[in-house]
Amino acid sequence: MKFTLSWLSRHLDTNASLEEISETLTAIGLEVEEIIDNAATYAPFTVACVEKAEKHPDADKLQICTVKTASGTQQIVCGAPNARAGMKGIFAPEGTYIPGLDVTLKKASIRGVESCGMLVSEKEMELSDEHKGIIEVDDKYEIGTPMAEVFGLDDPVIDIALTPNRADCAGVYGIARDLAAAGLGSLKELDIPNVGGSFASSIDVAIEDDGCAQFLGREIKGIKNCASPAWLQHLLKAVGLRPISALVDITNFINLDHARPLHVYDVDKVSGNLVVRATKNGESFDALNDKSYTVNDGAIGIYDDSGLLGLGGIVGGVSSGCTDATTSVFLEAAYFDPARIARTGRDLGVTSDARYRFERGVDPEFTVQGLELATHLILEICGGEASQIVSAGAAPKWQREIDYDPAYLKQLIGLDVSADRQKQILEDLGFHVNCDDGFTIHPPSWRGDVFGKADIAEEVIRIVGFDDIPGVSVTSGISNPLPAETPLLAKSRAARAAMAARGLQECVTWSFLSKDEAIAFGANDNAIKALTLQNAISSEMDVMRPSILPNLIAAARRNAARGFADVALCEVGPVFNSPRPDGQASVAAGIRSGAYSARNWSDSNASRDVDLFDAKADCLAALEAAGAPAATAQVTRDAAEYFHPGRSGAIRLGKNILAQFGEIHPSILEEFDVKGPVVGFEIFLENIPEPKRKGTEKPFLALPPLQALSRDFAFLVDDSVDAKDIVKSAMAADKKLISGASVFDVYTGKGVEDGQKSVALNVTIQPIDESLKDEQIEAIMQAVIDLVGKKTGGILRG
Amino acid sequence: MTDIAHLKTELSAEITAANDLKSLDDIRVTVLGKKGRITALMKTLGKMDPEERKTTGQALNVLKDEIADLIKSQERALKKQEMDARLTTEVADITLDTRPAPKGSIHPISQTIEELVSIFGAMGFQVAEGPDIEDDWHNFTALNFPPGHPAREMQDTFFLPTDPEESDPERAKKLLRTHTSSVQIRHMVETMKTSTPPIKTICFGRTYRSDFDMTHTPMFHQMECLYVDKGVTMAHLKGCLTDFVRAFFKLDDLPVRFRPSFFPFVEPGAEVDIGYTKDAKGGIKLGAAKDPADQKWMEILGSGMVHPNVLKNCGIDPDEYQGFAFGMGIERATMLKYGIPDLRTFFESDVRWLEHYGFDPLKRPNSAQR
Repeated sequence: MKFTLSWLSRHLDTNASLEEISETLTAIGLEVEEIIDNAATYAPFTVACVEKAEKHPDADKLQICTVKTASGTQQIVCGAPNARAGMKGIFAPEGTYIPGLDVTLKKASIRGVESCGMLVSEKEMELSDEHKGIIEVDDKYEIGTPMAEVFGLDDPVIDIALTPNRADCAGVYGIARDLAAAGLGSLKELDIPNVGGSFASSIDVAIEDDGCAQFLGREIKGIKNCASPAWLQHLLKAVGLRPISALVDITNFINLDHARPLHVYDVDKVSGNLVVRATKNGESFDALNDKSYTVNDGAIGIYDDSGLLGLGGIVGGVSSGCTDATTSVFLEAAYFDPARIARTGRDLGVTSDARYRFERGVDPEFTVQGLELATHLILEICGGEASQIVSAGAAPKWQREIDYDPAYLKQLIGLDVSADRQKQILEDLGFHVNCDDGFTIHPPSWRGDVFGKADIAEEVIRIVGFDDIPGVSVTSGISNPLPAETPLLAKSRAARAAMAARGLQECVTWSFLSKDEAIAFGANDNAIKALTLQNAISSEMDVMRPSILPNLIAAARRNAARGFADVALCEVGPVFNSPRPDGQASVAAGIRSGAYSARNWSDSNASRDVDLFDAKADCLAALEAAGAPAATAQVTRDAAEYFHPGRSGAIRLGKNILAQFGEIHPSILEEFDVKGPVVGFEIFLENIPEPKRKGTEKPFLALPPLQALSRDFAFLVDDSVDAKDIVKSAMAADKKLISGASVFDVYTGKGVEDGQKSVALNVTIQPIDESLKDEQIEAIMQAVIDLVGKKTGGILRG
Repeated sequence: MTDIAHLKTELSAEITAANDLKSLDDIRVTVLGKKGRITALMKTLGKMDPEERKTTGQALNVLKDEIADLIKSQERALKKQEMDARLTTEVADITLDTRPAPKGSIHPISQTIEELVSIFGAMGFQVAEGPDIEDDWHNFTALNFPPGHPAREMQDTFFLPTDPEESDPERAKKLLRTHTSSVQIRHMVETMKTSTPPIKTICFGRTYRSDFDMTHTPMFHQMECLYVDKGVTMAHLKGCLTDFVRAFFKLDDLPVRFRPSFFPFVEPGAEVDIGYTKDAKGGIKLGAAKDPADQKWMEILGSGMVHPNVLKNCGIDPDEYQGFAFGMGIERATMLKYGIPDLRTFFESDVRWLEHYGFDPLKRPNSAQR
């Protein structure tokens, strides 16, 4: 909402400076976004008089001018054809910034003649594109007169960010009223003329749609739709509106001045009477904003006998619009339903100053006044004769009564404000206050946003000032505070830290992706249907993601394109199976691509390709950190289909899948255009059981003083035998004395038959009560060989 | 006896003259071995008379020990010499890089969220959670956005297909939450099923609006804070927020300004600005200006007293309880605190950016630390 300082002064008597006004506006909730003070911008430019103009000795098109300025006589070299002795122009001294040239003037020598400053053109001042000659100023202006004064640019423009509740301040008068209540001057009395009317309007009005509560109008005949007077053109131009003709400008002015939209029809173009009626699907009209609209059912249409003329409260039609030739006008002032206006405006995508105000709610008691103010201006500017007012409907009911205890302010805000002061503030804002046992308050007609006691408290405190509210710290107030984190947040944080500690870089990627990606990562038809955004920004991001992995793989591809093919990325975030609250899950996921780490002088193995065991290690570390019993969880072969079928696994507790890991399926890498290998994992954080509250105590650990010994075995087994089963069997051979077993080599190739592999095992034996004799050790080793043989078919390699 | 003294002198000279371990060991064998010279002398003791045997035996034992010690110390000297010689050849290029160690990082958004949990946790707030896919009722209606009100248009909402199995049209209308305020609603409704205020929660999460340009991304993060109890006033809101922004930005004297604004779910509503100054190059420095005329303000969050209608919608009696709420954009706060210039880079997963702006996983925020 833009207005100028002089516009505000039409309604507010004040000595306050622009700065005070600006600060007060922001302090009372009318936030100043910008102040455009042209007076300051144009301050260095003043009226000057050319005393002498002589031809430059060395240039045909240049003149040497002697110019009398506010700061003495200057010599300048000027190329403008209209520069001549006796003329007055606008002078810019040296050191001045010229906006249209984007230069700062310096003393210069032009073809050997010194030139100090310049006389400027309109284009150089960015007033217009006019550059045929320098600006000529009427002789009545004295030398030294500021340019801003000559051009009426000395009226600062104030732009406020109006919140949607303050419909009343969509007019300058409302803003003046708020400022007066805040003590910044006094509100001038509003003089509403009573034009009366000398004849009956040739057009009558009727309402056939409850979207219009009241419809008033009158004819004004014998007018001349001329250009608006300078004061009106200036105000409209200053706030960014193009003056069109007096009739249109007057309606725009009343709209901006009093937040009261009006409309004018050319009487000669209206056939019959005006009727407000709900539109029918498919009806269309050419609008005054140079667009054509085809409407749906239920917009508020204004019809005459010929059909739809325009949309009430939103935009009028060309067919009945006023032009320079209009001699008789019908002026409309109506009250339209805010919700209906908002819906139609949104459906058709029309923005207009009228819609802006109607959908926020205009003052229902200012309909006649708006009509009379506009009539008065039309008669004054365009001449003519006004009819009596025709009307249909009545103002909607807006009256409300609110019980308010002044003590409530202290209770809600924590600040004491006396009942007298509160009453004064409310009355200054136009509220009617009855003091008895507490206040009985009637908000004014223009405050449709005030309903309850909290709204009243807000009115008082915003005028008192938020700065006066004391600050009272909030402390925990609990001697044994509960943890701030939820179990899920704790798991997320721990998993994130573990992944990052293992070298993964945490990313945050979109919650959505393309349909193709969603399908590749397991979304079924139902999920796609239910989780597709209806108004997505692009088809690349229109489905809620079923997995984080595709986004991380896409991130790896983008990084590879920047020259970083070896990346390790992770993310903790939501995935979606359905739009229900329980269809969302929290996942910690990670990928690695290319080489495991950078090549290094010390280790030829460092730059090996990543493999599924890197993903498994990342996965187990994060699981462990998030509180899962990672060591004892089962590893099964049923990871999702987007993993390599033979090089992937799931980690589960019973039927509960905690995580899955593995190589990403090569066909997906092809589809994503990513050079492999890429390995990854996902952890389903909700599936990790909550830690038991009491479980902080660790089990007792016995530390036998005797030396442990270790023995190596190599078993020939079938290819399909899982290493884990060999280890388990070896461990089971003597549950008391065997304290560990691990695979240190897996070999296929020469010396091992096809379909078989050699698995080498290191078994640790920990004597507990006494040192072991050779026979005892032999017996344990034999037990290992026997049990592994029995359980896995493994044969000790000779 | 002079023989023994003589022998000692002789052997000592031999031992100190030995210049490698091999010749020293040879000496040891020829002197102390089974057929060694001292061993041989020991064997002669048996033929001596008791008196002579006693004195000679003692002298020989002393000699044996002295020679053994001498050999040992010569051995140590030779070994040291040998090691010193070896070490002069063992010179590493200590300027070489070490072996690569894992170098991961925490995303700045996660860092900020952890910082917020730590600050608000110390004030006694607990985290609440809610879904990203919301319905019209939780996201708008319960928050006092009337249907068709222009306030709903302030946000460009992403919509999902209507849930065909939900009969209530406001709950069937699915959308991506436009703010985390919907979590307030869920949390209050849930609390009131089994309990009563105080409700003292914070929540964080992804929020979505259909907007994508220099300063907007279709997904971003918000934090939300809600405190409802008997006697919670706007003064508490002011105190809590002032304490929070000063703790978060680690500036004890950060100027904080409250000014009236409008959000449908609060009444009164306030926007909160923090003070900064601009340096000669146009850079932003948070904090109080030396000259009040240079004090500039930037909006950091929206806040207010929970609207009575919102409390009612959640089953809380607004005549008995009142409270405050505020919400803040996490990216914006993070950009300000850590000097990150471009919002869009948060979501680009550029490893160079992640390495530069990311945080050490071993240094996590902790309310006990500064």
